[in-house]
Amino acid sequence: MTANAPTQPPAAPPTPLGRKKVRGIEGARAWQAFWLLLPTLIAIILVAGFPLYRTIFFSAQEANLTSPGQATFIGLQNFWFTTAEGIGLGFLQDPQWWTAVRNTLIFTVFSVALETVFGMIIALVVNSAFAGRSFLRTAMLVPWAIPTVVSAQMWAYMYNDSFGLIGQGVLGGQALLADSSTAIWAMIAVDVWKTTSFMALLILAGLQSLPGDMYEAADMDGASKWTQFWRMTLPLLRPALLVALVFRSLDALRVFDIMYVMLGANVAASTSMTGYARQQLIDNQLLGVGSAVSVAIFIIIMAIVVIYVTAFRVKFD
Amino acid sequence: MKKAIALVSLTAAIAASTQAGAVQVTLACGTVGQELQMCKDGTARWAKKTGNTVKIFESPNLTNDRLGLYQQQLAAKSDAIDVYQLDVIWPGLLAQHFVDLKGKIPAAEVNEHFKGIVAANTVDGKLVSLPWFTDAGLLYYRTDLMKKYGYSAAPKTWAEMATMAKKIQDGEKKANSTFTGFVFQGKNYEGLTCDALEWLVSFGGGTIVDDSGKITVNNANAAKAMDTAASWVKTISPAGVTTYGEEEARGIFQSGNAAFMRNWPYAWALGQSDDSKVKGKIGVAPLPSGGNGNAATLGGWNLGVSTYSKNQAAAIDLVRYLTGAEEQKIRAVEAAYNPTRPALYKDQAVLKANPFFGSLLDVFTSAVARPSGPTKLKYNQVSTAFAGAVSDVMAGKTKGAAAVKKLEADLARIKGRGW
Repeated sequence: MTANAPTQPPAAPPTPLGRKKVRGIEGARAWQAFWLLLPTLIAIILVAGFPLYRTIFFSAQEANLTSPGQATFIGLQNFWFTTAEGIGLGFLQDPQWWTAVRNTLIFTVFSVALETVFGMIIALVVNSAFAGRSFLRTAMLVPWAIPTVVSAQMWAYMYNDSFGLIGQGVLGGQALLADSSTAIWAMIAVDVWKTTSFMALLILAGLQSLPGDMYEAADMDGASKWTQFWRMTLPLLRPALLVALVFRSLDALRVFDIMYVMLGANVAASTSMTGYARQQLIDNQLLGVGSAVSVAIFIIIMAIVVIYVTAFRVKFD
Repeated sequence: MKKAIALVSLTAAIAASTQAGAVQVTLACGTVGQELQMCKDGTARWAKKTGNTVKIFESPNLTNDRLGLYQQQLAAKSDAIDVYQLDVIWPGLLAQHFVDLKGKIPAAEVNEHFKGIVAANTVDGKLVSLPWFTDAGLLYYRTDLMKKYGYSAAPKTWAEMATMAKKIQDGEKKANSTFTGFVFQGKNYEGLTCDALEWLVSFGGGTIVDDSGKITVNNANAAKAMDTAASWVKTISPAGVTTYGEEEARGIFQSGNAAFMRNWPYAWALGQSDDSKVKGKIGVAPLPSGGNGNAATLGGWNLGVSTYSKNQAAAIDLVRYLTGAEEQKIRAVEAAYNPTRPALYKDQAVLKANPFFGSLLDVFTSAVARPSGPTKLKYNQVSTAFAGAVSDVMAGKTKGAAAVKKLEADLARIKGRGW
């Protein structure tokens, strides 16, 4: 949508006669833009709009995965419903869901925070001039380039208590993944290992757009490197940093593959929100409840984005 | 005229033969241990015999993952897979998507299989699938280590097993720091449900939900069974046992790092293969008793034909071939897959390859079924809740008595108005 903005000529000084004509040209331009955008809009409706509509539709139905055709409308009962015997059937009444939410939030907060700090350090190092810099920039992306399923399985082997490099070698037979309180940190470590380079890349892009003469002036004025970082680099980097933070937070909230591969389907259901949704939807075949959980995840993530954008006034241009 | 008739009949014959030969059947089979290779070999024999081709669809290792994948294929009415390998607990779950084999396969041929397994494959009178191989939990032990530490026979009770495992582990650990007493399927998944059901039944704790659909798990024996299993973790079993499936347990036992293992029969042939470090040092016995006799969970896999298949006739023929006596015998001799035909348990070649088949016939015929029958479509939820409860006890988060009480409430929640 912003792509055709530069092609627009500066507005001509309006004359009583010319105004109508300009509007006609602009109108034609708008229509042209609309027609050009139409294929994309249709594609978005097909690949994003329709599944979203179906998920919201099923979240209010009692339906089974193997026979989605026979669904009955039950309103919000998938979210909250107490039977006459006092048994809560809605997923919001399931303690496992809240465990999953808590663990996902812990995972998100700590992994994103660590990735930001390490990413910043790596970006500052790689941004300075030294021999082999371009090689290092490429090399640091290797963990990011490995598919998560592969790296998660690789780490699961390393954590194994009887033959793993970490589990047996470093920790001497300690099973990190067996205990949910240590497993979450083992998983944060995997995510930090994998995604720090991505964070570093985003921050590096921000760093390279900072003007060099500003630092020369600061050197002349006798500001230390430390002061330069806190007073100049960080404030100027804020827009790029915030966009990176939003991206990473969204990614971390949707985490699925690390938990699923390393802990298995049942444990993943109390470690990540998406794992819980998958268990309801696939293992338990509860299409209605599974969809309701997905809708809840959608709302949670949307709320967090809105908070980010309004609190920090993030601009995506 | 004669020429014309000959020509027409010739073309018709060619057309017919090419049509029959052009059929490609896709089979989804498991990949645990030698399963995939045996599957490829068996279908190749059928393909050679009939002139059809078979494509193998490789499924995930863990049974839960496999079910999810199958359900997506079936819900989408996909014709990509013609023949599915079905776990013995799935027929009730997936019956509507499969061809009724009753009438399509002669009754006499169906009756050659174990009656109980055929019954498990029949849902409301519909024969969903034919038995391919059966499974039951077994106790594997190291004959050389038993002798070394002065034991002459396999343990009869769990307490005996724990004492023996402890003594062997303490002795062996001096030379091999990774050595452990007992490995089993402790990961929180369907495999743990199988292992834990054996503990429950052997302690007299029932089968979670009884045949009438009543929730029976909240009893002292079930609690005791769970507490006993929890006492093994970090004593005779490694802490990581709560992350092991079948293959992880086998890996440790087969590399000579465990004294005892609970596993399915498939582990025998692999343990006796040339690259195994424990070749010729393995014994197999019924699982120990907790005071109520020994118990083994009924496992096993069956073959069903999808109603969405475009080549149903060829697919049914493939199922008949693979479940036939000849093919089951090859699988038993080469890979220790238990036949579902009682006649094969008297076959000399089968008994020579698997000496324990004869002595453990009782274990296979009296294996305990998981409550997939009474809990129907909700079986998976029941199993997940049960495995989760056992897992919590083994992790030390709760004690058996509290766990079975909470499990009863959870199961009531799952049951809702009825299974």
